[in-house]
Amino acid sequence: MTSAPTSPPATADFSLRRRPASEKLLDQGFHYLTLALASFVGLLLLAIVLTVFHGAREAIATFGARFITTSSWDPVNNQYGAFVAIYGTLVTAFLSLLIAVPLGIGTAIFITEDLIPTQLRNLIGLMVELLAAIPSVVLGLWAIFVMEPAIRPALNLLHTLFWWSPFFAGEPQGPGMAPAILILVVMILPIITAISRDALNQVPVELRQGAYGVGTTRWGALMNIILPAAISAITGGIMLALGRAMGETMAVTMIIGNSLNFDLSLLAPGNTIASMLANQFGEADGIQVSALMFAALILMILTLVVNIIAQWIVRRLSLKY
Amino acid sequence: MTNTATNQTSTGSDVCMSLQNVTISYGKFEAVRNVFMDIPHGRVTAFIGPSGCGKSTVLRALNRMNDLVPGCSLKGRVLFDGNDLYDRRIDPVEVRRRIGMVFQKPNPFPKTIYENIAFGARINGFKGDMDELVERSLRKAAVWDECKDKLQESGFALSGGQQQRLCIARAIATEPEVILMDEPCSALDPISTLKIEETMHELKRSYTIVIVTHNMQQAVRVADMTAFFNAEAVEGGSGKVGYLVEFNDTERIFNAPSQQATQDYVSGRFG
Ligand SMILES: Nc1ncnc2c1ncn2[C@@H]1O[C@H](COP(=O)(O)OP(=O)(O)OP(=O)(O)O)[C@@H](O)[C@H]1O
Ligand SMILES: [Mg+2]
Repeated sequence: MTSAPTSPPATADFSLRRRPASEKLLDQGFHYLTLALASFVGLLLLAIVLTVFHGAREAIATFGARFITTSSWDPVNNQYGAFVAIYGTLVTAFLSLLIAVPLGIGTAIFITEDLIPTQLRNLIGLMVELLAAIPSVVLGLWAIFVMEPAIRPALNLLHTLFWWSPFFAGEPQGPGMAPAILILVVMILPIITAISRDALNQVPVELRQGAYGVGTTRWGALMNIILPAAISAITGGIMLALGRAMGETMAVTMIIGNSLNFDLSLLAPGNTIASMLANQFGEADGIQVSALMFAALILMILTLVVNIIAQWIVRRLSLKY
Repeated sequence: MTNTATNQTSTGSDVCMSLQNVTISYGKFEAVRNVFMDIPHGRVTAFIGPSGCGKSTVLRALNRMNDLVPGCSLKGRVLFDGNDLYDRRIDPVEVRRRIGMVFQKPNPFPKTIYENIAFGARINGFKGDMDELVERSLRKAAVWDECKDKLQESGFALSGGQQQRLCIARAIATEPEVILMDEPCSALDPISTLKIEETMHELKRSYTIVIVTHNMQQAVRVADMTAFFNAEAVEGGSGKVGYLVEFNDTERIFNAPSQQATQDYVSGRFG
């Protein structure tokens, strides 16, 4: 690098032993270019947060913490509480994760672990990716016209079996939280599957061999070695999916019912922050806009908190197992 | 040419593993061809030979590790205590519980150092004092001093050589009947290497050991028997095909080999 080559004649064939100044300059240039690109992301994020916060100030001053705990959304009397939407956001997002995570990871295991012929594996992988490519408005239409009528009998059955539970109270009548959860499952399943598949494929062959070498079964190797080795990447995928589930607007708005009245039941119509924003921004003015901004701020904080918790869990998990 | 393996002579011990006309292919490519070999019980057997001649391939065939390589197939018979390892009724998981392995590259589990050892022992149904087993195994693998203060830290928090010794400890801990080692010392300093070799000497009282090594002195120091593999290009073949040149007492292989190729290799006049 810096030390002068100690003679032999052969070095004459290598003209670039000393790097020209222009090349070093180029290196520096790339360094600053990437720095600029990276800061751009940071600035953008900051700008968005600031704008939303600025817009929300009035509502924060007027309603304070009451905004989170009350559920009246009353444009006539200018009383706003986002509890219905917050409840709906959290419940739909987490329940959809609860269904999609085992399904997605299971699919990923199935297509990476050499259980079926390669062509079949590739086919399933392709279908997963195609699923991700369906626009959400199309999924919303499908949910209204196909899925919801199709699952209504099952929801009815849930109601007849668990009518005593507040979560299944009230006959299902079309749009509601349950179909919204299911459509979210369809939307986040490809994310979880694709990322888990890549994570599992990344696990080094040597590690698998090591696991089998001490005499584990396929199942044991998977549960104790391979999944733990991939867990942080998989959790990353789950977080992406959660972000999508919390923020998804179109399909959810079309199927959740957009109710402003609080109902604990999954069979009743509900609302999420994202669909509330989409529905009301058009005709909102005055403090209602500010209230919607406040709701948006809460949505961002929720995603952030969830992400931090997930990071923490991953760090725990990956050391212990 | 391929059938030149001389049978072992003066060793009185009984046969532990027996390869009978074993040919191993990756897809259509034959990696090693027509291997006949009787690995004796309670001894250290070394595989030597140039890179790519199929030593690892044969070694992995001994505990069905090649099952994990897509497209890898085996012809011929591998007998372990008289049973065909590749028989339909044999469970490969049980095979690997009885025949342990240390790999060419260190591959600790993404777990704590303690768990790296305890995991294998536990799935093999170990019921004794786990702390004691962990310490004993790490000591035998000459890595206890470096690990004893960080048993609860990740196995990745060790250097490459320490990781390799951790993997040796992991294999020893399950107390298999046979231990296969693929160049276990290639990443180790001379002192740790000597310690591992001492461990091998101690282990062979109760276990059978098969070791692949590129280090001739190591083969001389630890092995009772030595197999020399070589590879040659075959007409119409896509690459070099490995074969067993000679298998005999280490003494004989290094001092009075019956094949010229062996003589050339062990005296460094190879190629
Ligand atoms: N997973 C695999 N797929 C296809 N071919 C393989 C695979 N593993 C090994 N081979 C081929 O089989 C032959 C023997 O390989 P092997 O790893 O057994 O050699 P080796 O004697 O252990 O060499 P080294 O001393 O370098 O470790 C080589 O030609 C190699 O290219
Ligand atoms: Mg090898």
